[in-house]
Amino acid sequence: MEKTKNIKNKNSDKSILQNEGFQALLASLICILLGMFIGYIVLLFINPRGAFGAILAVAKNFFAYSSASLKLKYLGNTLVKTAPLLMCSLSVLFAYKVGLFNIGVAGQYVVGTCACLYAALSLHWHWLPCMLLAMIAGALWGVISGLLKSYCNVNEVISGIMLNWIGLYLTNMILAGVKEEASPYTFSLKSKGQKALLPQMGLNKLFPGNTYIGIALILSIIIAVVIWVLLEKTKLGYELKATGYNKNAAKYAGMAEKRNVILTLAIGGALAGLAASFLFQTGFEQWSTSQSSVPAMGFNGIAAAFLGGLNPIGTIFAAYFIQHITNGGANVDLKIYCSQISDLISALIVYLCGFVGLMKYFLKKGLSKKGGTQ
Amino acid sequence: MLLLLQYTILFAAILTLVALGGCFSEHSGVINLGLEGIMVMGALGGALAMRFMSPNASAITIIVIVILASLAAGLIYSVLLAFACINLKADQTIIGTAMNMLGVAAATIIVKAINTASNPDDVSSNIEYGTQKKAFIVNINGFEFSWFMAIAVIALIAAYVVLYKTKFGLRLMACGEHPQAADSVGINVYLMRWAGVLISGVLGGLGGICYITAGVSEWKFECGVAGFGFLALAVMIFGQWKPTKIGLAALLFGLFRALSNVYAGIDFLKALNIPSGIYNMLPYLISLIVLAFTSGKSRAPKAEGIPYDKGTR
Repeated sequence: MEKTKNIKNKNSDKSILQNEGFQALLASLICILLGMFIGYIVLLFINPRGAFGAILAVAKNFFAYSSASLKLKYLGNTLVKTAPLLMCSLSVLFAYKVGLFNIGVAGQYVVGTCACLYAALSLHWHWLPCMLLAMIAGALWGVISGLLKSYCNVNEVISGIMLNWIGLYLTNMILAGVKEEASPYTFSLKSKGQKALLPQMGLNKLFPGNTYIGIALILSIIIAVVIWVLLEKTKLGYELKATGYNKNAAKYAGMAEKRNVILTLAIGGALAGLAASFLFQTGFEQWSTSQSSVPAMGFNGIAAAFLGGLNPIGTIFAAYFIQHITNGGANVDLKIYCSQISDLISALIVYLCGFVGLMKYFLKKGLSKKGGTQ
Repeated sequence: MLLLLQYTILFAAILTLVALGGCFSEHSGVINLGLEGIMVMGALGGALAMRFMSPNASAITIIVIVILASLAAGLIYSVLLAFACINLKADQTIIGTAMNMLGVAAATIIVKAINTASNPDDVSSNIEYGTQKKAFIVNINGFEFSWFMAIAVIALIAAYVVLYKTKFGLRLMACGEHPQAADSVGINVYLMRWAGVLISGVLGGLGGICYITAGVSEWKFECGVAGFGFLALAVMIFGQWKPTKIGLAALLFGLFRALSNVYAGIDFLKALNIPSGIYNMLPYLISLIVLAFTSGKSRAPKAEGIPYDKGTR
C-alpha cells in the first residue's frame, strides 16, 4: 500500500493501472475469465460437442429467453437470489476484514431459515418480526463461534463447520413440525403464512410476472453500503480492522479484542440470518426437511466476497455474477452436462482468488520497474 | 453391541487416517483445510475403480487396485494445495475452502457425466459398489472386520515411527516449527512442505474411500463427505498433533459417529426415543465441546499457516 502511494506521488502522470480499485477489478476479471475457461475445458473433456454452447448458456442465463418480458422475469428471479447471496458474502467479508474466516455463514443462514420459517408458519408473525428473529438467530449462532474463539481458542473455521452441521440437523428437526404431510417441504408461505411475505414495494411492476422480488433486494443493497461506511468511516470499523491486523497490538492500544471478535461474528451471523429471511420470506423456495447437506448459499457467499475484492460495493456485483452463473447452470443441456458446472466455476473462482495477492504483487512489480526506467 | 464396536472401530480408522494426513501437513507448516475435498477425490478414485472392475476379480486384486486408485487421486488432488500454498504463497484458508467446494463439484460432474454417458436417463450422482466392496470385509463370528481397520493401525504406527524416529520426520517437523532455522542447517523447506502435503493427500484419499464404503453400498457424490474432513481436523487438534493421541481421540469420536448409525439396533437407546437428528448432531456437538476444553493450551506447530519466504528472517 505504502509503496504504491510513493510511486503515485513520484509519477505525476498517474496511470490507471496504479489505482488500487482498478487492480482489484482487474484481478477479479482475470479470476472470472480463467474460471470460465477451465470450466470450458472440463466440459470439453466430458463431451466436446456442445461444450461451447453449454458455457454460453451458463454465461447467458436469462438472456437465453427470446421475449423481453420473459428476460425481465428471469432477471428478476436471479435478483431474488442475489439479495440473500449478497448478505452471505457481506457476512464473510465483514468477518474477513477483522481477520476471521466465517465459514460458519452457512450454518448461521440455516438457523436464520429455521427462525423465520417457524415464526411465519407456526406463530403466524408479521414479516418484520420474522425477519428480526432470523437476524437474531443468525447472530446467536455467530456468537457461539465468537465465544469459543475468544475464550477457548477454538479456530473459528472448525467451530463454524461443526455449527453448520448442528444447525442443519436442528433446523430439520424443528421445521419438521411445519411441513406438508406428503412431502419433506415446509408449508408455502402463500398458504400458511401470508403475513410473513415480504412487501414487493412496486418492484413487481418493474419485473412483470415476478411475484417474489421486493424489499429484500433494496434492503440488501442498502446494507452493503452501510457495511462499507461502518468499516471505512467509523471508529468501530477502525477498531475491528485493527483487531484483525494485529490482535495483540489492538489489545495494547486499549481495544477490547475479545469483545471485537465476538461482536464481529455476531454481526456476520446477523447478516447471514437476514440472508435466510431475504430468500425464504419471499416465498421463492420452501425448506426441505430431508436436506442432508448444508445449503450452497453460504459457500457461494465466500466466492462472491473474494470475487468482489473484499469490498462491500464490489461484492454487490460479484454476488450478482455468482448468482447469474448459478442460475445459468440450470440452462445447460442436461442430457450431456449437469448444472453443477456453475458450482465448479464458482469453486475455481475462489481458488483463483487465493492468488489475488500474487497478481497484485506482479502488477506492482511490473509497474515499479517501468517507473524506474522512465 | 458388536455392531457398535464394529462401526466405532471403522469410523475411528477413517478419522485416524485423515487426521494423520492433517498431522503431516501441519507439522510441515501447511494448514490443510482442503482435507474434505481430498477425501471426496480419494473416494471418487476408489469408487470409480470399483465400478469399472469386474466383480469376479480376486479380493486381493480389488483391494490393491482400489487402494492405489484412491491414494493416487488424493495425492494428485493435494498438488493443488501444495503448489498454491508453498510455491505461490497463496492464502491457505481460501485455497483449502476452494478445494472443498471444487472437490464436491468436480466429483459430481464426473460421476454424472459417466452415468449419463452409459444411460441417458440416469442423471444421478451415485456410484454403486455393493459386490466389489465385499472384498474388504472379513466376517469373524458376526464381527465384520474391514481391511481398512488394519490399514489405519499400520498408518498409525508408521506415522509414529516416521515422525519421531527418522531423519525425514524430524526435519519435517522442524519446518513447521521454525522454517528459517531448518533452512539455515541445509533442509529444503519447500521440499519438506511438499512432502507433508502430499502425504496428507495420500492419507486423506485413503480415508475418503474408507468413509464411503463404511456401512453403505452406494454413494451420492453430491453430498460430499458431510464435514468428515473437518471432524478429522478436530481429532487432530484434540490429539495435540501427536499420532498416538490422535488414535485415541479418533476412537472417542468414532464412537459418537457410530451411535448415529446403529442406535436403532440397541434396545435401551431405542427405548429413549430420541429423534434421529440428535444422533446425527452428536459427533459435531461432542467435537465442539471437546475443542472448547482442549484448545486452550494449543500445541500447534508454531509456523503453520505462514508461507515460507527465503527472504524473511
